[in-house]
Amino acid sequence: MSRHTLSVLVENKPGVLTRVAGLFARRAFNIHSLAVGPTEHEEISRITVVVDVEEHPLEQVTKQLNKLVHVIKIVELEPESSVHRELLLVKVRADAATRTGVLEVVDMFRARVVDVVPDAVVIESTGPAAKLDALLAALEPYGVREIVKSGMLAIGRGSRSITDRALERAVRSA
Amino acid sequence: MTGTPTPAQIAARAEARDQVRTELRSRVGGKAELDSASPRVGPEEVTGAESIVRSLEEVGADVVFGIPGGAILPTYDPLMDSAKLRHILVRHEQGGGHAASGYAHATGRVGVTMATSGPGATNLVTPIADANMDSIPLVAITGQVASAAIGTDAFQEADIVGITMPITKHSYLVTDPAEIPRTIAEAFHIASTGRPGPVLVDIAKSAMQSRTTFSWPQELNLPGYHPVTKPHSKQIREAAKLLATARRPVLYVGGGVIRAGASELLRQLVDLSGAPVVTTLMARGAVPDSHPQHLGMPGMHGTVPAVAALQKADLVFALGARFDDRVTGKLSSFAPLATVVHADIDPAEIGKNRTADVPIVGDLREVIGDLLPELAREHEEHGRPDVEGWWRQLDEWRRTYPRGFSETADGLLSPQHVIQRLGELTGPDAIYVAGVGQHQMWAAQFIDYEHPNTWINSGGLGTMGYSIPAAMGAKVGQPDRTVWAIDGDGCFQMTNQELATCTINDIPIKVALINNSSLGMVRQWQTLFYESRYSHTDLHTGHGTMRVPDFVKLADAYGCEGIRVERASDVEAAIKRANEIDDRPVVVDFTVSRDAMVWPMVAAGVSNDDIQYARGISPAWERED
Repeated sequence: MSRHTLSVLVENKPGVLTRVAGLFARRAFNIHSLAVGPTEHEEISRITVVVDVEEHPLEQVTKQLNKLVHVIKIVELEPESSVHRELLLVKVRADAATRTGVLEVVDMFRARVVDVVPDAVVIESTGPAAKLDALLAALEPYGVREIVKSGMLAIGRGSRSITDRALERAVRSA
Repeated sequence: MTGTPTPAQIAARAEARDQVRTELRSRVGGKAELDSASPRVGPEEVTGAESIVRSLEEVGADVVFGIPGGAILPTYDPLMDSAKLRHILVRHEQGGGHAASGYAHATGRVGVTMATSGPGATNLVTPIADANMDSIPLVAITGQVASAAIGTDAFQEADIVGITMPITKHSYLVTDPAEIPRTIAEAFHIASTGRPGPVLVDIAKSAMQSRTTFSWPQELNLPGYHPVTKPHSKQIREAAKLLATARRPVLYVGGGVIRAGASELLRQLVDLSGAPVVTTLMARGAVPDSHPQHLGMPGMHGTVPAVAALQKADLVFALGARFDDRVTGKLSSFAPLATVVHADIDPAEIGKNRTADVPIVGDLREVIGDLLPELAREHEEHGRPDVEGWWRQLDEWRRTYPRGFSETADGLLSPQHVIQRLGELTGPDAIYVAGVGQHQMWAAQFIDYEHPNTWINSGGLGTMGYSIPAAMGAKVGQPDRTVWAIDGDGCFQMTNQELATCTINDIPIKVALINNSSLGMVRQWQTLFYESRYSHTDLHTGHGTMRVPDFVKLADAYGCEGIRVERASDVEAAIKRANEIDDRPVVVDFTVSRDAMVWPMVAAGVSNDDIQYARGISPAWERED
């Protein structure tokens, strides 16, 4: 198994996420993370999906995804040529005795505190998966109470836009 | 330009980029104008229901198989006045769906079925799944509860878009009546282009009842839908080179050739290449059975020459086939020596089951059309390949393992005999429509097909009950041709109520009921793999039983001609009589032996090398080199 990050450009239509997610389930592909949101084109949404698959089934799932009418384009983002980021919000125990230690960890990881109460803090951090894992490991001794992650987002390095290229292709083949 | 851009520069660039994007967007939106010769219509003030009927008329539909109900009721009112649409009231939505599929099979046009919400729509699930597996262009229009009631578990509400998502090529839920014409135009476009398939259009009752405007033609807005039809020339050259040099080639032809309308071109390729050809269950008729290079059907119940040819081939040249498990047997031992060329309109089929050495994505008419000159050029440059030794081998297999069957020990009528005589007496211009099971396999084996679209069956999904409604649809699409439903007693009891539809609407199909009083194929497996323990496969409709139901009486009740045949000597007269009757449907109850089995056979999950010609008789490959 190896990990792959796919950027799936889809028409911003009702049910499109169900179609994509349903396809993964139906063909027995394991989704590691999935994030969806709008793009610079209001009619296009972008799904970033991280899957654990071998090379051959990855090709099959890409082809099957391409058959969905609402899927406009699929790009695999290689780790070397793209930036991967995830947003983490984590609630950690922090009372008068431990707060200093927690805040030191926050500083070391260039994270931010976004909520404070007498016995806990909420910390926000973004980064690649390894950084967030390390942050969580460092916070673990203080007592992690709740974690929420956005799912991985990824974008290619350089000046090219996969969205424009997708639209150009749509025009060419029209 | 280096350094930090000024705000003015940034703004200018953003503006330029936005211009490009606006331009791109408008061009995407304006693409794929519907190919319509008819003059522009509208905009006209109509109801949503009228818009549905008008759209179906303008898109070229001529027949709708359906049943009304609460949520689709508004559409049935203007449908009554349509001069262009013939609506045929079926007795079960499943029958409507299969009829639309049989119509599509027989005509190559899009089949249309209509049903109401909830149970009406869920009854369409089976025919939609069937059409999806066999790549049938089908548009299913369902009523949905009013948009304000969607999601409230309203009466007769079912999320049919959600239910059918895995078994449709695409689907729509329409709540805005303004979207009706474009949606129906897109549905027909998607159903009929690329790899054909079923498209569901679920329309809220409130949208049917609202006022809206109708205009035609419609611009399609499908930025993510671009079937590749033109094959890559480099791949074509590569494929031609392989076909021109292979010593043991086999053309492995699937249903895609029929869907593409490429039979005539395929015939030229067969002739030019000199290679043997096999036609899968979905491709029977793609090449005439009388063609000397035709080895018959491959797969689980294929001919020994067809199965053996693939196993020993050095080149498998797949055209519109999908390496289905019923063809390959145990996949890892399928055609172990072969280089594979795989041409298909659907890129996802290529490499799905078997890795393709030369993948070709394209419409098979274009693929074969491009291959022909390329292959001729190869022959000119390098001479024709030496396939003489291969043909000596193939001909020996054909001599040793011809098509045939042995009479059963109980002395009762042989089903194979009935089907063979039916084909001989009726001829290759008729359309034969099978259900699923033993009778289907015998109909595929013992009737000689000479033309595409004369053999209709449920291949991928294996839907029992397919035959009667699909034959009805085929007869509606091809009213001047004889249409024989070849059905089993099990299948027949699932959908025979459509005989009422046939009688009332003057659709005189003929039914050859291969009545072995049991779920025959299941019984065959019980004989072979479950020590003849016949668990729940006896249907009590044949010899020496209560005959419930009595199919001759049933035929009579439906206003059909009913004929019973129990002896071989009566077969010919009954078929001739049935062929002469054209003013009502005919049901011939051929009461046959239940012990007849389908041979040859490759048991499920075993290698094709282990094919049995008849029970316990396996070809001895080692004698051949």
